[in-house]
Amino acid sequence: MSAPDFARDNVRSARGAAFKALFALCAFLSILTTVAIVVTLLYDAVDFFAVVSPVEFFTGTQWTPANEVYGVWPLISGTLIITFGSAAIALPIGLLTAIYLSEYASDRRRAYLKPALEVLAGVPTVVYGYFALVYVTPALDRIVPIGTFNALSASIMVGIMTIPMVSSISEDAMSAVPDSLRQASYGLGATKFTVSTSVVVPAALSGILSSYILALSRAIGETMIVAIAAGQTPRMADLTDPGGMFLESVQTMTAAMVQIGASDVIGESTEYKSLFAVGLTLFVITFAMNLISEWVSSRYREVYR
Amino acid sequence: MSTETDRSDPTDASEPAFGQVSRAKDVAFRWLTLAAALLGIVALAALLANVLVDALSLFDPEYGPWINWEFLTNPPSFSDPDDAGFFPAIVGSVALMLLIALITFPLGVGAAIYLEEYASDGPLTRFIQLNIANLAGVPSVVYGLLGLGLFVSLLNLGFGTLLVAGFTVSLLILPIVIISAQEAIRSVPDSQRQASYGMGATKWQTIRNVVLPRAMPGILTGTILALGRAIGETAPLIMIGAPTAVFGVPNSLFSKISAMPMQIFTWADLPEMEFQYGVVAAGVVTLLVILLSINSIAIVIRNRYQRRNGQ
Repeated sequence: MSAPDFARDNVRSARGAAFKALFALCAFLSILTTVAIVVTLLYDAVDFFAVVSPVEFFTGTQWTPANEVYGVWPLISGTLIITFGSAAIALPIGLLTAIYLSEYASDRRRAYLKPALEVLAGVPTVVYGYFALVYVTPALDRIVPIGTFNALSASIMVGIMTIPMVSSISEDAMSAVPDSLRQASYGLGATKFTVSTSVVVPAALSGILSSYILALSRAIGETMIVAIAAGQTPRMADLTDPGGMFLESVQTMTAAMVQIGASDVIGESTEYKSLFAVGLTLFVITFAMNLISEWVSSRYREVYR
Repeated sequence: MSTETDRSDPTDASEPAFGQVSRAKDVAFRWLTLAAALLGIVALAALLANVLVDALSLFDPEYGPWINWEFLTNPPSFSDPDDAGFFPAIVGSVALMLLIALITFPLGVGAAIYLEEYASDGPLTRFIQLNIANLAGVPSVVYGLLGLGLFVSLLNLGFGTLLVAGFTVSLLILPIVIISAQEAIRSVPDSQRQASYGMGATKWQTIRNVVLPRAMPGILTGTILALGRAIGETAPLIMIGAPTAVFGVPNSLFSKISAMPMQIFTWADLPEMEFQYGVVAAGVVTLLVILLSINSIAIVIRNRYQRRNGQ
């Protein structure tokens, strides 16, 4: 080899190192994003908490920004109503769907059904919100008297939207259950029903739980469906009337943020800063749930790798 | 109870005779799971049929179809439903999508290359990976706050401008682009990398000449699907102060822009029946048609790639 070749190698390795650094920068940008989210939320939230005491914010049961009353519980209450309502739809239906896809469906049917289900998650949420307001609410109104804005139709739509999240992650977990477990059960004379419910589902439980937590987290963070269809009435849930609280308008954390965001409130006002306090609360809740979901699902991955 | 049984089911023969009751339960459960699998799809199909009927005004011919050439080319209106158009919102969405593609594609592919080809399997890499997975689950409205705090307040790039909207939604879909690009890069067989190294190629040459060309269809499919998600996002646009009405098309990065979902959101607020059941329906159909076209491009790319691989 001659000297010029070495020189060219040096140039090459320098270029290689430069590219490596460039790509590393792209990857670190994701960490920067998280840091930026936390910093921006904290920056204005700290200002907010200098005016409104955190105790009042986290324990208050009234949310009326117009009167400078900022208690976050009515918003959390509204969020929980929507989350429970949508969970009642997405969790059982998603699990049954996953059982069908993993245990019953032929390869061909699965090839059609899976993409069709994914369409559910791909529809823009503003469209779901519109559907809830214009088609679902009037249809429900024929069965029970219901407000124009209500928690029920919003919950139904959030539920439908999150079905694929539950079904696809649960199905992955069920597919990862070793076939030997099924065969052992069949060998004992079990029916497919028994194998599905007594063997596959328990064996895939951590994956199913992880999908549930993720779907709940998505429902908590869902914005446009609830902003359009559930309305803007911050109120505490009336626990003595569990049916009634779905029939009336509620306001979730996200819907409150949209309401403030869409208004002309800007700059230094406390109402503007409350946006970041609510956002921080929402971020912490969903981030914790995503972490838990990741942790739970990593357990089944280790067992059946 | 239906008599249908799955002939390919190996358990049929081994089922005991006393299983009559559990057989019925078995068949019932099978139908229950199938019904569950179809429920969401059927519900969505019914709603789509409803919105299409309203957009075309099939049962009220005197109102005429709401989705027509005027609707696609007019500026919006909030007083006269017959005059209301979608043009600035369509152009805004397309411009936004192009900008987001320009930002997320290099960043997403770069991050995926680093994580798949360069990074060692240490705690730092696992941390980055976990962080990306978590970012994918952060509510979009929080990204809107990030855009408001960082790009509007701190960097002063202006309320509701194309640039701010592009940056904000880019950060939102970046985790999805990274994750799908990683999957595409991971699916390139290691033997091809080894062959390239065996020829004396450097790491970067291997990535550029072997890995990226092989992974590109998968990367493109994932990116296009993520862009489809991006044009449906509304909440971040509201948070960064995108205007409720834009009557012209954007002509610079600092133009205030509207987007299709934003326009739908503002129209859906109006009480008039003509808006609620007509104009908004037309907007929804337009948005879904454009979204569907984008997703079909992704599917075409994926299918062509799969066919070539099969040969």
